[in-house]
Parts: sequence; C-alpha cells; structure tokens
Amino acid sequence: MNNFLRHSFRFVALIFIQVMVLNHIRIGGYVNPFIYPLFIMLLPFSMPHWLLLFIGFGTGFTLDLFMSTPGLHTAATVLVAFVRPYIVRLASGAPLPESASAPTIAEMGSRWFLSYSISLIIIHHLALFLLESFDPAHLSDSIYRILLSVPFSEILILMLVYFFQPPRKR
Amino acid sequence: MINLIRFIQKHHVLLLFLLLEIIALNMLFRSNAYHRSAAFTMNSTVSGVFYRMHKSITDYFYLQQTNEQLAQENAYLRQQLQHNPVLSEKDSMILTDTVFHYIPARVVSNNVHFRNNYIVLNKGYKSGIEKDMGIISPEGVAGIIIGVSKNYAIGMSMLHKFTAISVRFKNNGNLANLSWQGGDYRFGIIDHIPTHLVVNKGDTLITSGNSHLFPEGILVGTVENYITSDDGALNQARIRFATDFNRLRQVYVVDNKHRSELDSLLMNRVDE
Repeated sequence: MNNFLRHSFRFVALIFIQVMVLNHIRIGGYVNPFIYPLFIMLLPFSMPHWLLLFIGFGTGFTLDLFMSTPGLHTAATVLVAFVRPYIVRLASGAPLPESASAPTIAEMGSRWFLSYSISLIIIHHLALFLLESFDPAHLSDSIYRILLSVPFSEILILMLVYFFQPPRKR
Repeated sequence: MINLIRFIQKHHVLLLFLLLEIIALNMLFRSNAYHRSAAFTMNSTVSGVFYRMHKSITDYFYLQQTNEQLAQENAYLRQQLQHNPVLSEKDSMILTDTVFHYIPARVVSNNVHFRNNYIVLNKGYKSGIEKDMGIISPEGVAGIIIGVSKNYAIGMSMLHKFTAISVRFKNNGNLANLSWQGGDYRFGIIDHIPTHLVVNKGDTLITSGNSHLFPEGILVGTVENYITSDDGALNQARIRFATDFNRLRQVYVVDNKHRSELDSLLMNRVDE
C-alpha cells in the first residue's frame, strides 16, 4: 500500500511538472523536454507486462487530456511500456539479480540506469515527434527536434532521480 | 478453438499492445476532424480547472508586458483616429463598426513547438464566438477558430499545417498566400511569387480582406528575406510574423457580421 501511494504521488508530481512547467519551455522553438516517461521507467520489476501497458495507456491519456492532442502521447507511452522489459534485459546483459525489485539507481547502479533511461527516452521521443508531424516532408525537422530534446529530457530525468533517489553510499 | 486460446495466452501482451496502440492511433488520426479535438480539451473539466489555476498564477508575471502591449495598441488606435481621413469620416466609421466586431479574449493555452499548434481561448459561444472566425493579437494576425464550447474556444494558430491566409503587399497591393512550414515559430513563408514582382526586405504584409475572416489591412508580418528559385520560375519569401506567438496572451476574435450573407452569396454563385 505504501508503494502504491508512492507511485501515485510520483505520477501526480511528474504530470504536474510536465504540464505546468516543461510544456512552457521552448528554447529556439525546438527543444521541448518530456519527463513523464520517468513514471513508467520507475515502476517495479515485478509488475506484470499487461498491467504496464494499461498504466502506460493511462499515463499517456492523462497527458493528452492536458495537451489537447488525443492519442499522441498515449501511443508513445504505450510503446514505452511495451518495450520496457526488453530494454531492461538489454541494459542488464544478464538475468536480473534476485534482489532487484525496482529499476532505480540505488539498486541497479547509475551506468545501468543511464543506458536504460536514455534508450526509453529515445524511443518515446521518436514515436512522439514522428507521429506528431506525420509527414515525410518534415522528417529532417522532426529528427532535428528529437536530437535536441532527448538530451534535455535525459538531463532533467537524471537530475530528478539523483535528487529524490540518491545512489546508496557504499 | 483450443489452439486459438493457446495462441492468445501465449501472445496476450503483444495482442494487448497492438489493441492499445490501435485505440491511440485511432484517436490521433480521427482528431484531425478539429471539432473532436476541441471537444476533447473543453470537456475535460479536470484539465480546465488546472489551466485556470495555472493562468491565475502566471498572469501576474505578465501584467507589465500586457499593460505595455495594450498601451501601445491604444496609442496606435488614437493615432489612426486622428490621422486617417477615412476613419474620421462618420459614415465609414459606422460602416466598419457594423461589419466587424472584436471580442476580446485571453489565451488559456498555446503552443509553438509542434508542427500543428493550437490556441485555446477563455471565451466560447456564450460570448458570441463561432467556428471560422479570425483571431488577431494586438500585434497582428494570430489564427482561426476551429471549435467552440460554452466557455472556451480552440483555434489553429498561424503555426499550423492547414492555416494559409490571404495577404497583400502593402506597397504594391499584390496578393499572396502566407503559410507556415514548421521549424522556427517566428517565420512563415510565401510561395509562388511571380518573378516580375519586386520584393524587398522589410516590405510590409497586410491581410487582403478576401477571406472575410479578417478585416482588410491588419498587419501580418514583414519580409525577412527573398529566395529566388533555381529554375527561375516562381520565388519564395520568408516572412517574419508580426505576432510573437511565444508571448501570445491577449487576443481579439474577429466577428464579421456580414459573413453569412457573403457566404450564401458565394454559394449561390457556385450553384449556377
């Protein structure tokens, strides 16, 4: 129950930051960071894959409600939820240790978390920006925006994670 | 039958993923019918409450800027009243007043970084706003209303794939079509300029009045640079928008009182 509350609080906080602050950030008209996929990233390993998909759908849909873009964020977030277990496997390179319960820096180490989170962010931004323009004529423009936004989102996500879940001192 | 159940059991995650993506993409592509997208935003009470909260906080930060803008606009209008012989004649002033009404509204949400950007306003059909009305900012043209609910209206800004407005070069009266091709939100583009037309940097563009959305002579932008095509046929010009879309806060919705009359007249012409 405690865990449930923690995840719910994180959900509300991330959506709030995304909608109230980050959606108003635009540097040069190109950079637009999205940090809400962090919510999907931090869900526990034990969560069944189908539930992950439903939560991804709900998260994306909530964002869409705020941004009046029906389906856009939903599609991108469901994709992130779908590929998450595969990315976990790729980032680990080996079966997960028995003790691992959640994909956090404290449990998995910062190098692991970096490759894990950046992979998911790239997939999310690719889906989001390509679906949004949905026009081969603007492909180069979309790719330019993806290349600029990914580092921004990633830096913000790492800052949040380091601030709220610092790595354990060894 | 058993095989089918086994298949579903084996691939239930993939099937669920495909199902959810199909739902999402269906929403995405159906929302190109703009009403749906408008209804989607307006009917979500939760996001409405959030946006109002956000507005009431951020409005304070922009008070000075908004004041300045309104003061400048006032000064400009006063000047026009004094110096414009057409406007100061009583008859024509009444005429312009009865054709175009301006409904002031505030921007509740606005984007500039997508390929298709929307402006949400805090007034709806309760205040007389209808679909297909023009939106202007104190600086120039801003967009077109595409959907209204009781208290809100949504418009596509100039920064949208489907927004193209009819403009006129102020110095020589030539017509052109202004659109936005993505990228930098400060610049739009005019295509298909015949080669004989002389276009200089800094030339002013105003609305042509052909579309009935905007009154004639509203500032749209200035020529930033002129691009001659290689094959020497039709040239392009890059236009700096008069409106700063990133700072859009106070706008006016243009209500053309003669629009339905004009539209039905044009319809008749098509029928015959």
